[in-house]
Amino acid sequence: MNEMQFLTWVRGPGLDIAIGIFLLGVLWRLIEIYSLGRKVDVAPGRHRDGASGLHTVFRRSVPPPGMVKRSPVTYIGGYVFHIGLAIIVFLFEPHIILIRDLTGLSWPGLPSQVIDLVSVITLGAMLVVLADRIKKPVKRYLSTFEDWFTWTLTFLPVLTGWMAVQHLLLPYTTMLALHILSVELLLIVLPFTKLFHAFTVFGSRWYLGKINGHRGVPV
Amino acid sequence: MSASLQKGINALKEVIDAPVASYLNSCVHCGLCAEACLFHLETDDPKYTPIHKLEPLRRVYEQEYTLLGRLKKMVGLSKPVTDDELEEWKELVYDSCTMCGRCSMVCPVGNDIVYMVRKLREGMAVSGHAPEGIQGAVKRTVEIGGPMGLKWPAVANVIKKAEAATGETINVDKPGVDYLVLLSSMEIVNYPEYLEALVKIFKKAGISFTLASDAFEATNAGMQIGASDLAKLIVSRIINSAEKLGVKYVLSPECGHAYMAIRWEGPNLIGRPYKFEVRHVLEVLDELRQKGVLKMKDKFKEPLILHDPCQIVRRGGVLEAPEPLVQTVAENYIPIVDKQKWNWCCGGGGGASAIHTEEAEALRAKAFRIKKRQIEENGVNTMVTFCANCRIVIEEGFDHYGMNTQLLGLTELLAEHLED
Repeated sequence: MNEMQFLTWVRGPGLDIAIGIFLLGVLWRLIEIYSLGRKVDVAPGRHRDGASGLHTVFRRSVPPPGMVKRSPVTYIGGYVFHIGLAIIVFLFEPHIILIRDLTGLSWPGLPSQVIDLVSVITLGAMLVVLADRIKKPVKRYLSTFEDWFTWTLTFLPVLTGWMAVQHLLLPYTTMLALHILSVELLLIVLPFTKLFHAFTVFGSRWYLGKINGHRGVPV
Repeated sequence: MSASLQKGINALKEVIDAPVASYLNSCVHCGLCAEACLFHLETDDPKYTPIHKLEPLRRVYEQEYTLLGRLKKMVGLSKPVTDDELEEWKELVYDSCTMCGRCSMVCPVGNDIVYMVRKLREGMAVSGHAPEGIQGAVKRTVEIGGPMGLKWPAVANVIKKAEAATGETINVDKPGVDYLVLLSSMEIVNYPEYLEALVKIFKKAGISFTLASDAFEATNAGMQIGASDLAKLIVSRIINSAEKLGVKYVLSPECGHAYMAIRWEGPNLIGRPYKFEVRHVLEVLDELRQKGVLKMKDKFKEPLILHDPCQIVRRGGVLEAPEPLVQTVAENYIPIVDKQKWNWCCGGGGGASAIHTEEAEALRAKAFRIKKRQIEENGVNTMVTFCANCRIVIEEGFDHYGMNTQLLGLTELLAEHLED
């Protein structure tokens, strides 16, 4: 298989397989989790629950009082790389074209130079949070193979994408193929690892807000 | 696998629901919950990271309720939960967790960690891995009536004294009154002034109340240990008595977890809402304050800070009543930085104060340093609170560190300064 054949495969059957596993995986995992249901709370609520679940979905995006000071790297590094990833994935022109081809939806992107800068910042932030995971006793204590593995799988697409655009190390075609392959690995693994928090975070915050809102505590 | 372990794992399987599954799948091991846990902050030991305390629950979830986990279990790749492990976890689930719920306030993905600790305790209790101290309290509550083994004569004695001090007659087992008043054992033994205070205030407000000889104990060790069947048995005494007497309200005393047990867990334990309403004493007092009934003849002069008990405020939702009540009676109330739903636990809630091993007591003393600092940083010699268990734990902390800080109960403080 030469590099052109490699690229053709990852763009064609490879991508189909990865997206297929991703979509089925996400669907399966969502059903597996949320079909467990929960008992109705028969204690009369303090107020009507209202939108306490939805409030918490938004409120938890903001750090609680005093917490940034206690763990600045987690918060700042976390914000930077999450926002960075979102910008790169959804606002880089070639990605928008891909999404348009797959779904028919499209929107304006950002100039390539801006995405370059965002990529470098995102890679930097990810390295910083990795260093923090190695250095901080609590994070190191909690970390399992999955934490290192998923970090790597998230880092590689950004790194290879940036290197492809910059024409670094390997010929563009090869690097682009590696980039797409790394994204495919990420897609396949996402539903079955902690990366699935990208989906469950909304449900978790909603339950938390609902359960505590019932007792009259905005969380 | 021992029969008791099997029971424990079955209990865990039973309590796992969609919120638990969602939470366990959302955790990214960021470790921020450790920054909200007083046991971690005061020891720097990573094993006290709240989410880590749930490891046995997480594995049962993974092995029983996920496809990949079941496959791993089938081919022998997963690590089963064992008796030895649960025994090791006893310290993490009871000694070093007061179910204060502060971790649930900070988790960025929105995991209600304390919700899961409560559930893990179901498995711990059934499999026989709860601390002896709490087991004893449960046994005494089920067999005798209260965690300290008190019987009605002790309560009758407190009633007699309160009658003598106030010159009022206190109803016992009287149907048709407004309130059924409950006490916690700690109040009966250590803070009998609470009942006197209540008599004074309720007389002024024209509220009728009774005590019940078959349901005076408000606390629920069954809930603390995590045994829902026993918790139900204990709370049912109150429900049956209140519904038999036909009272409009049941008054939950200052005690924190009692409120949690009666107000929020009770209806779910018996599977239906009550025929009466449960109110925490501070909710009632604040209502009286707003109506203008709670007038003070003078104010407490010394500067003081407030300790908000976790189960009443952060977890129970009595958020707005405490501060205005303190301001009513205290001239120099100093609001602390982490107050109301952000307050730090006394270190002995959730049954922890009933654990009397050397290690647990030493750990509690360490955790108390967070309260000690709050007192010192604000330069006060007085702290006021409204939970009998917090009071015991805080007073033990004062003794341990040789502090000459005075601790006051809010209801009594109000009664003391009440206009005649």
